[in-house]
This record gives sequence, C-alpha cells and structure tokens, in this order.
Amino acid sequence: MAAVQDGQLNMEVEKDIKTEITNDGSGNINANSSSPGSTSSGGKSKSPAGSGEDQQTLLAVLQFLKRNKLTESVDILRREAGLSADADDSPVSDSAGAGSGGVPNVSADGGDANSLLSRVSIATPVAPPATAPPKATGSMASGGEDQPDVNVVLSAYSQQGDPVLYPLYYNGLKKFIESVLDCHRAELSQVFYPLFVHMYLELVYNNHENEAKQFFEKFSGDQECYYEEDLRILSSMSKKEHMKGNETMLDFRTSKFVLRISRDSYQLLKRHLQERQNNQIWNIIQEHLYIDIFDGMPRSKSQIDAMSGSLAGEGKRDANKAKVFYGLLKEPEIEVPLDDEDEEAENEEGKPKKKKPKKDSMGSKSKKQDPNAPQQTRIPLPELKDSDKLDKIMNMKEATKKIRLSPDNLPSICFYSFLNAYQGLTAVDFTDDSSLIAGGFADSTVRVWSVTPKKLRRVKSAADLSNIDKESDDVLERIMDEKTASESKILYGHSGPVYGISFSPDRNYLLSSSEDGTVRLWSLQTFTCLVGYKGHNYPVWDTQFSPYGYYFISGGHDRVARLWATDHYQPLRMFAGHLADITCTLFHPNSNYVATGSADRTIRLWDVLTGNCVRILTGHKGPIHSLAFSPNGKFMASGATDGRVLLWDVGHGLMVGELKGHSDTIYALKFSRDGEILASGSMDNTVKLWDTLKAFDDVELDDFTAATGHIHLPENSQELLLGTYMTKSTPVIHLHFTRRNLLLAAGAYNP
Amino acid sequence: ISNHEVFIYAILPTMAEERRPKQCTVVLPTESMKAMAESIGVGQLQEESCAALSEEVSYRIKEIAQDALKFMHHGKRRKLTTSDIDHALKLKNVEPLYGFQSQEFIPFRFASGGGRELHFYEEKEVDLSDIINTPLPRVPLDVSLKAHWLSIEGVQPAIPENPPPAPKEQQKAESTEPLKVVKPGQEEEGSIQKGQGAISAEAKGKKEGLMRMKPRSTHELSVEQQLYYKEITEACVGSCEAKRAEALQSIATDPGLYQMLPRFSTFISEGVRVNVVQNNLALLIYLMRMVKALMDNPTLYLEKYLHELIPAVVTCIVSKQLCLRPDVDNHWALRDFAARLMAQSCKTFSTTTNNIQSRITKTFTKSWLDEKTQWTTRYGCIAGLSELGPDVIKTLILPRLTVEGARIKAVSEGPVVSNIDKIGADHVQSLLLKHCASVIAKTRPLPDNMEQYRADYGYLGPTLCSHVVKARAQAALQAQQVNRTTLTITQPRPTLTVSQSGIGGSGGSRSPSIIKVPSSLTLMSTRPGTPTQPSPPATKYIVMATSAGASSTQQVLDGSLVITLSSSSGSSVTSTVASATSTLQPLVKLESRGAGGLGGSRPLQKYIVVSLPTSASSSLESKSGMLPPSSSSTSPISLEAGMKMDHTGYVPNGTLLPI
Repeated sequence: MAAVQDGQLNMEVEKDIKTEITNDGSGNINANSSSPGSTSSGGKSKSPAGSGEDQQTLLAVLQFLKRNKLTESVDILRREAGLSADADDSPVSDSAGAGSGGVPNVSADGGDANSLLSRVSIATPVAPPATAPPKATGSMASGGEDQPDVNVVLSAYSQQGDPVLYPLYYNGLKKFIESVLDCHRAELSQVFYPLFVHMYLELVYNNHENEAKQFFEKFSGDQECYYEEDLRILSSMSKKEHMKGNETMLDFRTSKFVLRISRDSYQLLKRHLQERQNNQIWNIIQEHLYIDIFDGMPRSKSQIDAMSGSLAGEGKRDANKAKVFYGLLKEPEIEVPLDDEDEEAENEEGKPKKKKPKKDSMGSKSKKQDPNAPQQTRIPLPELKDSDKLDKIMNMKEATKKIRLSPDNLPSICFYSFLNAYQGLTAVDFTDDSSLIAGGFADSTVRVWSVTPKKLRRVKSAADLSNIDKESDDVLERIMDEKTASESKILYGHSGPVYGISFSPDRNYLLSSSEDGTVRLWSLQTFTCLVGYKGHNYPVWDTQFSPYGYYFISGGHDRVARLWATDHYQPLRMFAGHLADITCTLFHPNSNYVATGSADRTIRLWDVLTGNCVRILTGHKGPIHSLAFSPNGKFMASGATDGRVLLWDVGHGLMVGELKGHSDTIYALKFSRDGEILASGSMDNTVKLWDTLKAFDDVELDDFTAATGHIHLPENSQELLLGTYMTKSTPVIHLHFTRRNLLLAAGAYNP
Repeated sequence: ISNHEVFIYAILPTMAEERRPKQCTVVLPTESMKAMAESIGVGQLQEESCAALSEEVSYRIKEIAQDALKFMHHGKRRKLTTSDIDHALKLKNVEPLYGFQSQEFIPFRFASGGGRELHFYEEKEVDLSDIINTPLPRVPLDVSLKAHWLSIEGVQPAIPENPPPAPKEQQKAESTEPLKVVKPGQEEEGSIQKGQGAISAEAKGKKEGLMRMKPRSTHELSVEQQLYYKEITEACVGSCEAKRAEALQSIATDPGLYQMLPRFSTFISEGVRVNVVQNNLALLIYLMRMVKALMDNPTLYLEKYLHELIPAVVTCIVSKQLCLRPDVDNHWALRDFAARLMAQSCKTFSTTTNNIQSRITKTFTKSWLDEKTQWTTRYGCIAGLSELGPDVIKTLILPRLTVEGARIKAVSEGPVVSNIDKIGADHVQSLLLKHCASVIAKTRPLPDNMEQYRADYGYLGPTLCSHVVKARAQAALQAQQVNRTTLTITQPRPTLTVSQSGIGGSGGSRSPSIIKVPSSLTLMSTRPGTPTQPSPPATKYIVMATSAGASSTQQVLDGSLVITLSSSSGSSVTSTVASATSTLQPLVKLESRGAGGLGGSRPLQKYIVVSLPTSASSSLESKSGMLPPSSSSTSPISLEAGMKMDHTGYVPNGTLLPI
C-alpha cells in the first residue's frame, strides 16, 4: 500500500510546475494560478511534509512570474495564497535547503526559479549527492533560455555508470526474472520496459552513442509489442542534443512510470538487486519508477496486459480513489400538456430508467435523488429557457415512441455519406434531435446541413428586423429571412482543418475547433461566428458542449484540456496532467465531470468543480480517439487506434470489458438511448453493435476486485458482438442514436 | 535546414514502409548533404560534417514525420499528405513549404547514373499558349450528403450502396471448395468475419437449421427475388427498350444477384437454344446483352456457369443461320458482338486449368478450315478469332489470307451462285481487311508495295495494302494528338477533365471544344453521385455514346473512364495509339471514326477514351489493349458503331435492333 519513496512528492511538485511552464507559456499562467486547485493533479492529497512543500512550490512559481515580469499574476497569486509581499524574497533558499535534504546550494543565480527547480529535482534522497549537483549546474549553463526545465530534467541522467556494463546489468536482471516463479515473473517483467527506456536514455545522455545503439538493438525486441510506437521514437534519438525539446523524452523523465507489483514480488526483486549490489538498476527503479505495492495475490499476465500500455505505466490506485458522483441530475419538472395517448404510453413503460432524457412529467417517480448523483447545484447550470422546455417536451414525446432495443431487436442504421469530400471530412456532429448535421473539413470550412425538410434560414438584418411587428404571434417566423433558405450553410472563419465540432443542446450554437489553435462559437441563427476562443496555441483536436449547454471543453496538442463558458473568453478551468496530446474530450451526462482521452494512451476524468483529476484509466495500447458515456452515467466506453473498445466502470475506476473486433482506429462510439447497445464505428469501414447489457452484467464486482482493481476480463467479446455492418468504402467517423433509437452513422465516401 | 526539408518528401515513402521493422535507423546518405551544400554555395564539406549533418537532418525529419502522423490520424485518413507535413512544420515553428498542395503526387523522380543516385524535381517546360487555350476544367463537385440504409433491424439490405452480400471470393470458395462450405456453422462464421449481416434471432434459428441441412439450399429464392427475376427476364426480352436498358443496368450493377445467377444462366442458354432454331435474331441479341451485363457485374463469380454461357455465345457466333432472312437482316452484328463477348470471357476466365482460350481457338479454326463451311459460319469463326487479339490474327489468320482471298474471289468474280453467298463473301472480306490491316501495319516493315502485298496475300493484297497505308497514317497522327491531349488534363483527381487541344492535327471541321454533353446524355464525373460500385482498385468510368436518334444509357464499369462525344464532322481520322505510356501520365486514346471507310452516309461518331492510371494499372493496360485496333474500315452499319465500344462498355442502343 505504501509508496516506496519519500522523494515522490518532490517529483510531483516539479512535474506540476514543469507542465505549467511548458504547456501554457507565460500568457496563460493567469488563468491557471487563479484556480490553484487545478495545479495539483492526481492523488497527492496526503502529503507528509504538507504546507512547507506547498509553499516552496508557490515560491518557485512566484519567482518565475517575477522573472518574466508578470507582476499582476504575482499579485493575484500572492493574494490567493495568502503570502505576504516580502515572503517570497528571503526564505527561498532556506525553505529549499530545508526541503531538499542537504543538497548544497550551488546555483549561481540564487533566487532563480531554475535553480529551485533543479534542487527540487535533485532532491531525491537516493540520487548520489556527489555527482548530481555539478552536472546540474553544468548543463544549466549550456542550456538555452527558452526551455529552462529541460536541463533540469535531464540532469538526473548525469550519473555515470560504465556504459559497457549496462547490457550486463540488464541481462542479469532478465535472467533473474526469468528464473523466478511463474506467478512473480509476469509482475516483475513489467520493469523491463521502463528500465530499458531509462538505461537507453542514460546512455544517450552520456554520449555513449554506439553503446546505446547496441543496447537498443539487443533488447528492444524483448519489449511488449504495444510499446512499439514509443520505441520507434526512442530509436531515432541517438544524441544528447536530440533529447532537448523532445516531448516523449520529457514524458519519460518527468513522469514516473507507475507499476503495480505485489509485495512478495517486490521483495523478491529488492533482495535480488541488493544481493547483487546492482546499484545502477536500483537507482533507476528508485528514481524513475513508482512502484505501487499491494498485498495479495500477484496478478496474472493477462491481468497485467489488460491494464498496461500507457506512456507512463498504470494509474496509481490512489489516483482513482476519489469519489465520483456519476449519477444523473434530477430533471426539472415540467408540466406537459399531454395528449391522453401519450400519457398512457408513458405510464406503460414508465418504469424508471436511468436515462438522461428520462423525465417524469408528473414528477412522481423520480423525485428521489439518485444517491450517486452530485448535488443539483454542485456546479451552476444555466436556467432553462422556454424553448428548452418545449424541446424537452418534444423529447419526451419522442421518447415514448422509442424502440426498445435488445439483442433480438437491433436498431436500423441510416448511413449519411459525404460525397465529393475528397478525404477532407475531419469531424461530424448531429444535433440531439437529429435535425442538423455539421461537418468539419480539412479546407477549414464548417458546413451545416438540415436533414429535415425544414430549411436553414438566417435571421434578417438589423435594419429589416426593426420593421417587424414585434407583437405578432409569429414573430419568430417573421424574423427569419426566407431568401436565405437553403439545405446547407457554410461557415468560414478557421484557418486550418477543423478537427472537432459540437452542437449546443439547444441547437442555437455550434462549436468548432481547429488546427489554427482556436475554438469558434457559431450562431445557427445568423450563421456567423460569435466568438473565437484563443488559449490553445496549438491544434485543438476536440471540443464538446456540456449536455446542459453553456460550458464546453476543449483539448489539443498542448496537453491541457480547458473548460470554458460561452460568455467568457478565458477558460474557467485548465486540466493539466496528460503526457501527450489530448485527442478527445467528452462531458459526463451530469455535466459535473469531463473525460479526456489522450495520445499518452490514458483516459482521465476531471472534476469540473475542483479541477482535480479523479480517474486515470489505463489499458489502451494506442492513442484514444473516441469516448462515450452510458446514458446512466455509470459506464464509459473508449476506443483507440488499436481497434479495441474498452468499457469502464466510472464509479470504481475499473476496466470492466474489452471488445475486440475492429481492425483499425475507432473514431465513433455511442450508447443507445437506453444504454443496451453500444455502437462503434471505425476506420475499417464497419459499424459494429455490442451487447452492453450483457457486458456489464457479466462483470462481478466483489470487494476484493473493487479494492485492488484487479479484474478478470471475460474472454467472450465475440459473444457480445451483435452485428457488423460494412460500408462500401466509407470510414465511419460519427455515430448518433436518434431519440427513437435509430442509429445514424456518418462518414466520407472514399472511392 | 529549410533546404533539407524538401527531402522530407523524398524519404516519406521510406518512413511509411517502416511499419514492420521496429526501428528505423535509416539515415540520409552523406552525398545528399554534399549535394545540398553545393547547391547553396558551400563547396568542400568535410566528411565528418556531412555525417553529423545527415544524422541531425534525419532525426529532425523523422520527428516531423511522426508529428505529421498525428495530423493524419486526426484528419481521419490513412494516407499522409503534404498538408500534414506542413502542419507538423508549423507546430515546430518552421515555415511550411509552400507550393506542395497536391494530394497524391510527390514531385520527385529518381535517377541514377555515373555512380550517383539522385532524387530530382521534375519540371517540364509548359507551353503557355497550350494552357491559355485549354478550356477551363470542370468545377469540382461540391460536398453533398446522401443517406442510405446500412442496416434495417439488424439485416443489411442488398442495395448498391452496400457492399455485396457475398463477395466474389466467397462465391468462389463456395463453388471451388464445396466441402469447406458444407461444414455447418462455418458459413455463418465467415459471414460475420466478413462483415455480412447480423445474427438476429431469426438468423440464429436458421443457423441451427443449417446444422442438419446442407447449405447448398441457397438456390432457393425468396419471393422478392423471384419477383425480381421475373421482372428482369421479362424486361430483358420484352419489347420496351427503356425497360430493357434499366434491367440490364440492374444486372450489371446490382450486388445481390449471385443467388439468381444459376437461373439467369439457364435462362440464357435455354433461350439461345430455342431461338436459334426459330431464327429469332432480336431475342438472340437480347440474350447476348444479358450475358454482357452479367459479365460486367463485378460482384458475380461467373466461372461456375461458363459451361452454359460459352456454348450459348459460341452458337451466336458461328451458327449457320441466325435470322429468317439472312440476306436482309443484320445478323453479322450479332456475330461481331458475340465474338467480342467471347474474347472478353477468354481474357477474364481463361486459366491454365480450363484452357478456354485454346479450346475456343481450336473450335473456330477447325470449322473455318472446313471446306464445306458456309459463309456465315466462316464469318463467325474469323470474327471470333480476330477478336482474340493481334497475336491470334498474326499466327492463324494472316497465313490463310491467300486461301481465303481465293475463295472470296471465286464467289465475287465467278458465276453467281446465290445472293446470300455473295453477301457473305463481302462481309468476310471487309472483316479480314479490318482486322488484318492494323496488325500488318504494326508488324510489317515499310514500304507498302501493292505488288508485294499481292504476292504475299493473294487476291486481297492490293486492298489490304491501301488499308494498311491508311492505318499507318492515322497511328502517326494520333500519337501526335495524344501528346497534346495529355498536357491538358489538368486536374487528375477531383474531376476528370478532358479536352482536346486545338484542331491542329485532325483538320476538318471538328470543333475544338471539350466534351459536349449531348442532350440525351448525362455526363458523370469520375466520382459518381452515389457510391455505386464496390470495384475496389478501379476508378469509375462511364460509357456514353450517341448517334443520331440513339437512345443512350450509360454504364459504370470497371477499368477506365470512357467518354464519348458526338460531333459531326467530315473528318475520317482514325487511329490508335501505342499503349505504352508512362504510368503517371493519363492514358488518352482518341478514336474518331469517320464515314470514310467503306462508308455509307452514317452519322459520325467519335470517342475519346481516357483512362487514368490507377493502382491497378495492369488491368488498365489490358483494358486499353482491348480497344479495337485501328478501324479505318468501317462497317456501314450503325450497330457496328455501337458495338465498337463493347470492350469498355456496352451501349444498349435502340436503333441497333432491326426488328
């Protein structure tokens, strides 16, 4: 249960600072520091050294801000943290010295944030104190001004071992692990990959180019196949200079690789290494690995394989301990002028379903608050407008005509092919009522189609509007300009491919995110751009409206997900923690959480209220490209480039299923309106339907598995497959269930 | 570094192939560094510097390529494009490379020589006036949305928008390895893997039923299928030409026909048997068109039914009598058409095991050599043989020209035996001239001496000689045409633009404008409005024909884009072009047919055949190879004109049918 090292916390601190600096640039520190909650990601809530460490962090940030002349931010931060104005100058060196346990302060420019950082990073108790400090300063001198953190990060590699011995060390460990009992072997084999990576990087860092190459050739074949992608990047790095500015490199270094190992296995390993006096390896394990020890049975190979594969190992169990309110918010009570028949129908199948659009007009059945639901006012939600209420009524009427799906009653699929798109279709979204389709294209345009006979019309110009009789009943009709009616409209504004697109629930707005680093909000009344949200300086891969509107989330190449409100031009929350691009974003149905999938092969769930990361889900072997929440908010599905769909229990933070069958990236996932069926669409030109009811039923969650997170995945994903539908040559990039449970799919025909 | 970035494009193919080997340790050669240094005026670069540079450059390029992959994934594509590279460069704060906007084409050529290997950028000189005179390309079609049912309550409907329910491979497996299929359950499993249909409860029940029953019972047709079969067969042999066109179109494109294939096959073979006896020419033509349509359907595995279809086709080629009034009715056209069908099936289906081509050749040769063979059969045999290609003509027909010439002479100059014989001899003569002239033009060295020809080929020699001369002239002319036309194909990908540059070579009053769409026709772009065909490697192509009063349809088939345009002109220019063209250049064939030949006063037709290089360039080649060789001699029958195009697509043409 216990973390192995004390130095862990230091590393965390440093990591957080680093992410901020690299990711946001100086311009966005503002937003971040004003919500200190978001700074600390992950589960480092139990800090033994508590306030002292925190203060040290703050001081470091202050120093940095000062140096960059961001005085306003300094003030704000100071106010927020309750620091006195002069607290930041003097005690820096003291606290740092105290915190870092006797590392001599050798930095030339004493109060510099750089040096503080370096001290923090060197401060791991196991780092050989003799070699580290001089190296640190040396590399700092040679390093560029633009990326002060890199050298610091690299400095930990400066310890010198005999390069010739590396293969021997590694081989020795390999022999040992191969010789241990079967039950331990699988667990201990986990250390191979991180060890391999770090040993290789050490060799490269110390300019042993040839030895590094040989080392790589000799042992890269032993690594698990799902690390292939990383290994390829690694192999191209053969010089110390290459390590500067290489993101993957930084990821390896700045984040500790997390392994879960049973206590027995760990003892075995420890004993072996100590007997052999194998300091080189022991150092790496101490410094770069976080070994999460648990008591109990060692895990089997398949259990380990199911969870591993991410860039930085598995999520720590602590990270998934926080409570997640996955229940749904109570729907507001709306008096509906029900037709008699409708009411009948409602009552007939009116057994309470945990379904988002499920409302009870009479307000009798779902009065009870779901125990797992967050408080209604946990985050402020926009008030319902009259039009929203009307829409909800429509929704309910539709819902009564909904088809009950089951394995014997599969949905019909209507496929919308985009013709003549010349491979330029990059994103698609449907409105919830399935009346509009929007497509984002590589030529920077966003196009909106109406798929109902109702054509798209623009609101009249201001001059014309003033002539309208505002008292008339059909004023909403009158404001529309009949001349502009057409089946589709094109929205121009982006200057790069549009990668993400999302309709607001009330169908008045459309969001689009693009390569040009902006997220744009478009009005579907005037078909013009209303706001360009700037903040991501790099491509924004995905954006998504909250199910209640108003809020939206965006994530992109800069590895930070941002939560926005449509009426603020700066983000409300920034979720930092992913180690690689954020590739997809999704709101939880209750709008209190957002999920982000990343190219670091993890999924994180963030609390909108606090900005904390509450779940880290590992198990995918490739960048994640699609996410879906079940309508009851309890489960989540995710699809990745490896062609597998994984199912997650959000409440417990556990993987509960694996659906194999696709042969290429899964770009679309959607649960049916009642959650019985999961549809997945992929680059391999197929739509597949899965029996999720059965999948979730099969999972037995006893206390032990829930506590340890060691789940035995049922091996029957073929039995869950209900159907496969192949298109001619159209990759499926979006799926949507209409309110009546008709499945709509979309993709660009690719002749 | 900017100079070196260009090389990203050069090594991209290498990067892409590096999927399998785990690590890429590929490094650019130091010579490249030297070459680039020289190009910016740095001479005498040290070897070590080169090595260091090349390593650095390789690393950076790999880094950029890896970033570019991200953009590819998010662009939801499988192919890395130049714009992905541009975006990746932008990420690194490097000015992107401007000017490489094309989606497909990497502008590097490889050359080696003198011990040096080079990738160079090919820049052709372009004649501005050509560009200016080129008519504007067609505007690319805008993005549009089309909906279809991918599945209805769990079952995938067999409509053209969906892939065929049983892919060809499966049909083949069923017919060639029946034992494998008989294994219960396997069929279901296979269909799941191939993505066919779903196991609904109903299907599951069926599956259990199959455990005891042999799955060969697939010959049972559903009620809908029976209805469809009835409708189609009635339309095919009925009197309404429009309906027939629709039915044939359906046969040629519908992906779900394989279950009905045995019925169609029997229908055709029985139909031919009956109608040959009754000498019902019209019906025979209809049936042959059905065969054609079946062969055009890319989703059908016809091999299994050749034993019925081939005899039917051969009957239509060589039968003594196909119509009631052989002196008036144009049964020759049917023979030509069927011969072409035969040639096509030989090309498609002949394998070393079934040996169709050699067996057919033997059959034809045998009856041709027979002294007692009638002129009609003789004509069929020759037509059948000559459609099989220049090689067959060269080895089997040319040596017999003298003998055949004598026979023709005997009929035309000897005492009048019967009118029918005379007509037959005439047809045989023109057929021989037509096919032999082009072959001789290609193989026989110059000069074309009338006397020499007479010595070599006997009675037919002099006429043949003049035909050959004509053929040669047109071939030369056309070669010229092609060079000019290639230039003007400006936009190979989005829409196919074909235009003819100038009228220079062709003379006459042909208007230089581009494709004019005759009123009755629709011109389809390379991308059809609907995802019509599953034809994987091939691009689409369209056949259109028009002649005065002809009702035309278009058909989408495999192979190349064929566009025909009609314009009336007096030019009698005809030629073919050697099909050897560089793979990257669009292959353009121009064939215009005039009334010059033996001509009547028929309306003129011109075809421009354009085929784009696709991945399946070999199939293309063969397609283009199938184009009729030079056709300076024109049959005076318009049916001939319509059927001329059979190689690429058959045009059901109402006027063809002398009913």
